[in-house]
Amino acid sequence: MLAMNYRGPLRVRIDHKPMPEILHPQDAIVRVTRSCVCGSDLHLYNGSVPDTRVGMTFGHEFTGVVEQVGEEVEKLKIGDHILVPFNIACGTCVFCQQGLYGNCHESNPQATAVGGIFGYSHTAGGYDGGQAEYVRVPYADVSPTVIPEGMDLDDAVLLTDVVPTGFQAAEMGGIQPGDTVVVFGAGPVGIMAARCAWLFGAGRVIVIDYLDYRLEFARNYAPCEAYDFRSLEDPVVFIKQTTESLGADVCIDAVGAEAAGSAMQTTLGRKLLMQGGSATALHWAINSVKKGGIVSIVGVYGPVDTLVPIGNVVNKGITIRANQASVKRLLPRLIEHVQNGIIDPKALITHRIPLEDVSDAYRIFSAKLDDCIKPVLMPPLART
Amino acid sequence: MEHIAKDPSQIKGWGVDADRNNDPTYPMKHRNNGEHAGYSWERPLQQPITVEVLHSNERPDVTSVFGTSTPPLALSGVLRRIAFRYSESSYGHWLPLMLADRVSVVEGVLSDLKHGHVPNVFAERGWKAEWRHNRIGLARRILVRVVLISAAVAYLSSRRAD
Repeated sequence: MLAMNYRGPLRVRIDHKPMPEILHPQDAIVRVTRSCVCGSDLHLYNGSVPDTRVGMTFGHEFTGVVEQVGEEVEKLKIGDHILVPFNIACGTCVFCQQGLYGNCHESNPQATAVGGIFGYSHTAGGYDGGQAEYVRVPYADVSPTVIPEGMDLDDAVLLTDVVPTGFQAAEMGGIQPGDTVVVFGAGPVGIMAARCAWLFGAGRVIVIDYLDYRLEFARNYAPCEAYDFRSLEDPVVFIKQTTESLGADVCIDAVGAEAAGSAMQTTLGRKLLMQGGSATALHWAINSVKKGGIVSIVGVYGPVDTLVPIGNVVNKGITIRANQASVKRLLPRLIEHVQNGIIDPKALITHRIPLEDVSDAYRIFSAKLDDCIKPVLMPPLART
Repeated sequence: MEHIAKDPSQIKGWGVDADRNNDPTYPMKHRNNGEHAGYSWERPLQQPITVEVLHSNERPDVTSVFGTSTPPLALSGVLRRIAFRYSESSYGHWLPLMLADRVSVVEGVLSDLKHGHVPNVFAERGWKAEWRHNRIGLARRILVRVVLISAAVAYLSSRRAD
């Protein structure tokens, strides 16, 4: 089968790989019909996540048709068209039982800090991902969900990560009616977080980024205020000035390790890989939020230490809330929102690229070429 | 300062998920105090361990399922085995893993050559897309590299001549 093959930082290609097999009675084998490149894939692509091994297939946002099931799989049947949340969750461990499906304790032997994630290095379990024609899906009865009749596949594939992550970013913000919410980052997750902030009753939503086309998209889609930080002398001072000098009620870091805007953070976190990423957005979020406010983090960082102004967290009495999205917990509500037309995920998709051109897809997305917001890879069989 | 005035309640879906009880412990976790019972849940059947699986020393064993994509191999594998002697809290864990990742890039090239495949680094880096969408940027980058390499060669040649 065709599958994306990681060869080292900034190098990926399409290759023929063996078909995946059922390795556990709760596995399913799925024929992929849509597979996105995610902003967090870029951390792997850039070589900043430890234990990203050459030969691995990335991809944690995908839909597909069930082709085979293990003997303990009861809910899914062959031929079901499913969306597959990016978390691999057993459903039985103490963390899954508490709704923390992103923190499953039975899916990632290599690290205890995070549960298993498809195609996300051995730090997240060593699973091959969905940027392929076929993929093995463990615990198939737990998180994978049959796509509701009539739902567009492009909407479904964004329900595997982008929509729940954006929604949880807003949810973790503890937004109260009338709150001012600042979202750092106008990538797909940041735009979705801004859109979802309104669902929690925000009174004002501001997005900060530096790419004009994304800021314009956010203004129209969320809809919200959106500013280029390069045109602001200091984004933190700007937020203070526009909130009566108090700071925002809620700040969301929707960027993570690849943040631009600080030469020191970029050098240490992205060029020298001496910390778990460039924490510029998080730095701004902590310093822009009001005293006693909430900082919600969904931007992904590497597991090593990262410089953040922790003294200000203490002195301002900030609550930090962060996690990988618990997709299974959120799916029923988010499916409702899509079906009721409250959220329109597929509008984020700007590029449909054949799986065979995966190298170009990564380049276009990582270099922000051709006004790319969200690329979707289309395997050959899904194009016929 | 531009402040876009609008009535948020006119935005589709405004307030449908508002919850005044959303405090820092809810809704991320539906507390059931299960942790108090320790590692006591009924574990799923163990996936047969048919490849080498390194596991964090912060847990007692391998999880019930795991990925089998790229087992540790060669020199990078040796480094990864060393890394897993240390906890996730230690640089002794992460630094050897980062080094192993770089070593495995070289191993990957050697493996390609061994199988008669010369990696097309330009294609792997997506330069076709760069050429299509950012011709000037690509040309500038190539030019800078050519200038830097030429300068380095010229400098080294002059040193040798001395």
